[in-house]
Amino acid sequence: MVNKLLVSVAAAALMVASGAQSPVSAQEKLKIGVVTTLSGPPASLGQQLRNGFLLAVKENGGKLGGREVEVIVQDDELKPDVAVTKAKALVDRDKVDFVVGPIFSNILGAIMKPVTEGGAILISPNAGTSNFAGKDCNPNFFVTSYQNDQNHEVMGKYAQDAGFKKVFIMAPNYPAGKDSLAGFKRFYKGELADEVYVPLNQLDYSAELSRIQASGADAIFVFLPGGMGVNFVKQFRQAGLADKIKFLSAFTVDESTLPAQKEAALGFFGGANWAPDLDTPQNKKFVAAYEKEFGGAIPATYAFQAYDAALLIDGALKKTGGKTDNKDALRAAMQSAPFTSLRGKFKFGNNHYPIQDFYQVKVVQVGDKFATSIDKKVFTDYQDPHAKDCKMK
Amino acid sequence: MSFTLFIVQTLNGLQFGVLLFLIAAGLTLVFGVMDFINLAHGVQYMLGAYLAVMFYALTGSFVLALILALGAALAFGLLLEFTVFRHLYDRDHLEQVIATFGIIIFLNQGVKVVWGAAPLNLPMPEALAGTVQLMPGLVYPVWRLVIIASGLIVGLVLYILVSRTRVGMLVRAGATHARIVSALGVDIRRLFMIVFGFGTMLAAFAGVMIAPILSVEPGMGDSVLILAFVVIVIGGIGSMRGAFIAALLIGLVDTLGRSFMIDILRLFMAPSPARTVGPAIASMLIYVLMALVLYFRPAGLFPAKGRS
Repeated sequence: MVNKLLVSVAAAALMVASGAQSPVSAQEKLKIGVVTTLSGPPASLGQQLRNGFLLAVKENGGKLGGREVEVIVQDDELKPDVAVTKAKALVDRDKVDFVVGPIFSNILGAIMKPVTEGGAILISPNAGTSNFAGKDCNPNFFVTSYQNDQNHEVMGKYAQDAGFKKVFIMAPNYPAGKDSLAGFKRFYKGELADEVYVPLNQLDYSAELSRIQASGADAIFVFLPGGMGVNFVKQFRQAGLADKIKFLSAFTVDESTLPAQKEAALGFFGGANWAPDLDTPQNKKFVAAYEKEFGGAIPATYAFQAYDAALLIDGALKKTGGKTDNKDALRAAMQSAPFTSLRGKFKFGNNHYPIQDFYQVKVVQVGDKFATSIDKKVFTDYQDPHAKDCKMK
Repeated sequence: MSFTLFIVQTLNGLQFGVLLFLIAAGLTLVFGVMDFINLAHGVQYMLGAYLAVMFYALTGSFVLALILALGAALAFGLLLEFTVFRHLYDRDHLEQVIATFGIIIFLNQGVKVVWGAAPLNLPMPEALAGTVQLMPGLVYPVWRLVIIASGLIVGLVLYILVSRTRVGMLVRAGATHARIVSALGVDIRRLFMIVFGFGTMLAAFAGVMIAPILSVEPGMGDSVLILAFVVIVIGGIGSMRGAFIAALLIGLVDTLGRSFMIDILRLFMAPSPARTVGPAIASMLIYVLMALVLYFRPAGLFPAKGRS
């Protein structure tokens, strides 16, 4: 509730500031709900999402597609039941036209039905599960990030191309962890030193690190999101392995974890569709504006993908003349991806998931801060492997 | 599964066990001596880590940060004792659980308000940041050895304090016969307060020592709290020796289970199901151990004298 209030106040302030009293804008305000995780340990990811979206709205003078925007931010608390209640309220009570969110895949599964069947369009700026990319694809669902498997596949392809002989792979023991290692193995055909699953939210990796050391691997691939990654990266460095074993990862070293990992993550690799130093004019402007707006914090993928989601809404509404009532026209407009993504090349596949380039990124130091930097392009115009199972044309 | 790997994993288990002991020692003192269930013990461990991060930022020295954090944690623990816990000693366990659970929620949210939700980082002292070669091909982080050493020292000091000093004697007597000790003219409330503050400080010490290895984040005390309770239940409530042995036992069982369960299962299972079942069994091991101990010795391995 506090968030909602704050955002309403902020939106009102923006309106006054941009002198929006003109009688021309007789159109009703465009309502957009944002569902993101703002409590618990992964709150920093959710904040990036919210910040990125609000920044785009602010830079557009509080408007998207020429219409005044009211953004209602809801915290899903990383609990599917809470997320469903809040998503339903957004659609039924607040009558939002778009819902932007969430961060986590289990939340996506929970809010998909209430949002899309309630008549709103759902845009995910992060979670992109395989079922919604394939057989359960949904005409009212768009993704501005990636299909979940892809960042792991990037690292698998990189490990294969770079010629690593023996890779030790590790992920948490839950569905996304198994998908991750399967994604890595789809492209890496070399020898696996071992395949290890750890309990979700394990904090101390002493036992695994000793195993890695004894396994004789020349590289490791890990998927350890959030605090797990912070702990593992520090301990990996402390164990003296960082100089001997190449560190490949997905969702483990990024701008949301680097403020805590710092030097420990220097030189480590990740798979990504973007990095703050990606060389497009729009992206440079975005990164500078984000750092200025949010106290010098470097944006992470979650922020940039939410920013792109706002641009997508803006572009689609410009095409429909600001109207949202004709859903077919609106969907067609969105499908054509009528905006310039911060990442440059971007279009939607038949399943409304992006077709885009992927990179191997490397952790570097920028001044006294740490960020990922693009090292090598791994995939060009890459579409997820599940799109063929989607019946949408 | 080579012999050297087994040695290193044993060391890892020892380090984990020692850390558990530091947390459980305070908990068993408070539970055993004051019969007070303090669920907020875990957040005091978290607070120790956060305070160290803060004082490190102010002073730039790990040792100073450690000392200041211990002092601040002690002060905060005494404040909690004075404002909240003191009114709960005579209530039943359920009310203590509810009240201290409230404090967990309050403090978890509190650190988020003060320090933010993002994980923080405490650098370890430069001189102890390296690794040592234990055996050819196997190196070990020095800091983990420091944790083991400091835990063993604290254990020794506690042992001497409890079994060889006057305060320790009063604490032991107070644990079992509070009224008689009180009747002999000892201010039992003040004794309890000292015990409580000391327990808080031990938890904070564990938090500071582990902070360079783990990320410092809200809720970091919640998972260790459960393990600490398992330790004191296995060791026998109120028994310092029991807590020490049980903590090392759990550290070893958990670590060795996680390291070798899959290999053991592979001896009589296909690799793929072993990989699925292994981690699940490994994470259950310590609870299986607890169930077994409780079945054969319901009061724990070393029940404190005078308790049953």
